[in-house]
Amino acid sequence: MSDIAKVIKPAGAHRDRALTRQAQQLGFPGVSITAWDIFFLRGDTDTPSLRRLVPRLIDDGPDGAARLDGGEAAGHPDRRIIEVARRAGVTDRVAAQLAESAARLGLRVEAATGSRFLITGGRALPEEDLHFLVHNLLCNPVIETWSTGAVQPGFARGPDIEPAAVEIVPVRGRNAEELARVNAARSLALDPEEMAVVAAWFGEAGRDPTDAELETIAQTWSDHCSHKTFGAHIKTDNGEITPLLRQLRETTAAIAAPFVVSAFDGNAGIVAFADGIRLAIKAETHNHPSAIEPFGGANTGVGGVIRDVLAAPARPVALTDVLCFGPRDLDHRALPPGVLHPAVIEEGVVEGVADYGNKMGIPTVAGAVLYDPGYTANPLVFCGCIGEVMAGYDKLTGPQPGDRIVVVGGATGRDGIRGATFSSMTMDATTGEVAGASVQIGDPIVERLVADLLIDLLDRPDPLVHALTDCGAGGLSSAVGELGEATGVSVDLTAVDRKYAGLQPWEVWLSEAQERMVLAVAPDRAADLLARARHLGLSACDIGVFTGDRRLLVRHGGRTVVDLPMEFLHKGRPVRSLHAVIPSPDRAPDLRIRRADVEETLLALLAHPDIASKEAIIHRYDHEVLGATVVRPMAGARQAGPSDGTVIAPPQRASGFVLGIGVNAGYGVHDPERMAWAAVDEAMRNITAAGGDPGQTALLDNFSWGDPRRPETLGDLAATVRGCCEAARLYGAPFVSGKDSLNNEYAAADGQRRSIPPTLVITAMAHLPDADRAIGTALRQAGNTLILTGRTAREFGGSHFNLVTGDVDGTVPEPDASAPGRYRRIHRLISEGLVESAHDVSEGGLAVALAEMALGGNLGIDARLEEADACTALFSESLGRIVLEVREENVREVLETLGNEATVIAGIVAGHDLQITTPAGTHSWSGRELERAWRGTAR
Amino acid sequence: MKPPAVVLTAPGSNRQGDALFALEQAGGAPVCLDLLDLPGRRAELEQAALIVIAGGFSYGDALGSGRVFALEIERLLGDLLAEKVSRGTPVLGVCNGFQMLVRAGLLPGALQHNERGHFECRWVALQPSSARCVWTRGLTEPIRCPVAHGEGRYTCAPAVLGELRAADRIAFRYETDAYPANPNGSVDAIAGVCDPTGLVLGMMPHPENHVTPRQSRAIVWQDHPGSALPLFRNGVAAARS
Repeated sequence: MSDIAKVIKPAGAHRDRALTRQAQQLGFPGVSITAWDIFFLRGDTDTPSLRRLVPRLIDDGPDGAARLDGGEAAGHPDRRIIEVARRAGVTDRVAAQLAESAARLGLRVEAATGSRFLITGGRALPEEDLHFLVHNLLCNPVIETWSTGAVQPGFARGPDIEPAAVEIVPVRGRNAEELARVNAARSLALDPEEMAVVAAWFGEAGRDPTDAELETIAQTWSDHCSHKTFGAHIKTDNGEITPLLRQLRETTAAIAAPFVVSAFDGNAGIVAFADGIRLAIKAETHNHPSAIEPFGGANTGVGGVIRDVLAAPARPVALTDVLCFGPRDLDHRALPPGVLHPAVIEEGVVEGVADYGNKMGIPTVAGAVLYDPGYTANPLVFCGCIGEVMAGYDKLTGPQPGDRIVVVGGATGRDGIRGATFSSMTMDATTGEVAGASVQIGDPIVERLVADLLIDLLDRPDPLVHALTDCGAGGLSSAVGELGEATGVSVDLTAVDRKYAGLQPWEVWLSEAQERMVLAVAPDRAADLLARARHLGLSACDIGVFTGDRRLLVRHGGRTVVDLPMEFLHKGRPVRSLHAVIPSPDRAPDLRIRRADVEETLLALLAHPDIASKEAIIHRYDHEVLGATVVRPMAGARQAGPSDGTVIAPPQRASGFVLGIGVNAGYGVHDPERMAWAAVDEAMRNITAAGGDPGQTALLDNFSWGDPRRPETLGDLAATVRGCCEAARLYGAPFVSGKDSLNNEYAAADGQRRSIPPTLVITAMAHLPDADRAIGTALRQAGNTLILTGRTAREFGGSHFNLVTGDVDGTVPEPDASAPGRYRRIHRLISEGLVESAHDVSEGGLAVALAEMALGGNLGIDARLEEADACTALFSESLGRIVLEVREENVREVLETLGNEATVIAGIVAGHDLQITTPAGTHSWSGRELERAWRGTAR
Repeated sequence: MKPPAVVLTAPGSNRQGDALFALEQAGGAPVCLDLLDLPGRRAELEQAALIVIAGGFSYGDALGSGRVFALEIERLLGDLLAEKVSRGTPVLGVCNGFQMLVRAGLLPGALQHNERGHFECRWVALQPSSARCVWTRGLTEPIRCPVAHGEGRYTCAPAVLGELRAADRIAFRYETDAYPANPNGSVDAIAGVCDPTGLVLGMMPHPENHVTPRQSRAIVWQDHPGSALPLFRNGVAAARS
């Protein structure tokens, strides 16, 4: 092996500032951090070569001067030096690019990267605090190694030998206890009943499974891949209920909306609204990976849902993200063992979402961020993607016997093994260590090129492939297994492009290396397809054939790795039988009149992390690329208010669509069924307020829940699904796709299990007939009138009023059966140009909504409310309400259209102040104090 | 006749569609050309009357923004861009295109990490301020459009800054010097600069994302909406002459 050259350069003042600020936020005020980038090179590393390479590829001029590292003096107690290196095999775009660009210069080098950190000012920093800082800020052991001196680089290349070991795992005739040991030792996450079925099947087959067969079954049968909870038989104290997924499907069938093209089938839901444009929509969760490697977890979550939409096949046009974190200001000493600090998770997740979407060139336009102590060990990351269906969609025949199986995109490495089963497990203190390999780092530029390739192949009347799917959880085992379910396949793993040598056959088969798609292509077209992919610089390999014998046959050269009938793999899993205790929440009328300092309460609500401005996150996402963003996440000329629905309409076209998101886990703790109604209503309010057509709206459901084997947890889930279905029917808005992430729990050392709050995210996508009629939430003009639509009742259960006042009582807002009709009338008014701006009333109630409209529009409001109970008038979160800004000359027509569902409540005034008068008195706030509360700063 | 224009991209560019649309709106006849299509399509570039270098993340910006893009242009095209400029072809580099032009030495200075340390996307107001630059000549109204970048803080040596000012080569300044109006901490609030001929403009903000009224209609401005279409019209006019 040649010598390793180590080149270092300052990472830059911006990086030092960010690290130092984060260290201080984590509770280390005296600490300051300086960072360097390290480049390890081996190969042509003689002095003349480095003199050519370093200035052209690494050096950044006076502020980023690169130099050869001559070895640093050992750390001083007050000056700790930490070096970090990326582990071998983890995706490293920088190292790969460095080697490639060096080759263009005629230099043969292998590269690896790392960082050096100088920590100063931590004189009294005890060793455990240093470790906390390192593991939270400087090094994630899941993907990196660290050392207090010179770190060993992780060159990607492994040993140049190709092991082809196929292990046989004895399961035949084993008792339940022995099978449970196999299950645990291999992290299969199968139920005992499932292990028994596997053992019995192999018993009949007269042999024991290979390692790869067992892993394939575990991935295919995981909750992640096969909806085993949503498909389960569920018994309650009042008898068995319809399986959850079937309830959702039947609801969509009953609504019979003409615009549904494909629901709950394939990778994404597909709709075609009145303009004939077909849109694919999908949302996924990436919770478990984001908990242990926030950047990589969120990054690949976005990458994964984009591939789902590409596989529809559709051209991605918008992204959404809903994030749930523990409290930012949590004392780090209160963290459960093995858990990253919520602020660190948030920073990594946001950067991960931003990195992927921004680099793909897809606008991230809608979302929400929620905070609750229940998310500390189990953060939630919901990633959504919308795409325009490609022209070849109708001509996809599915795989034909004789078609070649082609894998395109990135090469395969030892990254992301067992992701599907990992996501079906409970987290604990050791999860980061055990599941390290389950997490990957994405490479959005590769996916950008994969998208370009697929558009080339499929966005034409005669697509060049017969079928496609993405490689997600379970890697090739799931993708090839699903695509070939009806035909059977024969695969040779030696044909799979590898990032490096040394992979076991089962690792190649299971690897969740990112940015890969599996295509079915007619044999006479395979060579052309491979050439097109390689022209873009993508890996492309022909790994086998769709056979027609309905077997899954996987070989590694001459050795058989998997030989299973598709029937057993896809239909052999015993249906889960579960028990649910359906909750019976308190819905008695609330007679208590609340007394609170109205002025203080509104400011506290505006400053609550759930409600406060998300601009620090939003501005890190590119929400403008593609030029189709009409209503963006921040409203008004100063981008100083929150939007409801966001609007996408390509500039070449009159029509567009609106995205709305409903989520409120606070309700779920008290009344899961009403939470579902509230989430659907909020999503529908959002799309209505921006101008979308509530009569042409499709919904997505995403559930993040605890362990469904606990009857109460499953009961909450069942009640939520019932609420979803009832609400969807009332609004006439069908579900077209959905996803569940269960087992979001943390098992503490004391044996206590902590579950997240039951969290339902509803995404609504509505048709917008005329994008020139879209409106925002920011007030437009002094002199205009504000009209409140919908009814206000005393409903405080799970409200943000309770969160800021410390109250715990009240009922969760009741469904409002009159809302759907009202939203359609409001849509008509907006379409006719009679409404200037509109904002829905949600968390925090009417006062928050008015303050947000004023902030967005940089104007003042003078409101008069008839309701005698001021807290109810201002802070109740009753559903079904939207505030409309209307010009004086249009007020009469708007009121006539809406009848007794609308009340004039305010006039818009010059200045920035908010004044609200109730029979109890007048309350006022200056624009400055509203802004300081909501944005954290004032102009 | 519509002047033939090329939108030049590299793997990882992502605003080429937006640039194509803006050029079409302005009366140009643009096509997209990727470095991967070279040398086969070199003739199209040689014949282009106008060149826009698209924004995005060429090569993932893995070795620093625009660095590999510039090296690959040098490897694949030699001095073709400089030659085109010497023959009067207007060139616009937006965002990653600006970063490439700076790395390639066609424009002075450097584009460093934003002062705030991360990517930032927001609408900004730009004051056109150069009569030398063919792209901004005659523009008086502020242009509003989004920025979307992580490495856009313009810096240069004091002598270069003096030269840029003296030679009327500062094409755009942000509305004020303070964050967020100046979103990245650029020296002298510089959002774009041109070369000595005035033909080559590099700018961090994205004028291609504001060429129709609808793109900004939900942002309630009291004054002029500030479309960036005139910038592209200027470029197309310069390509015709």
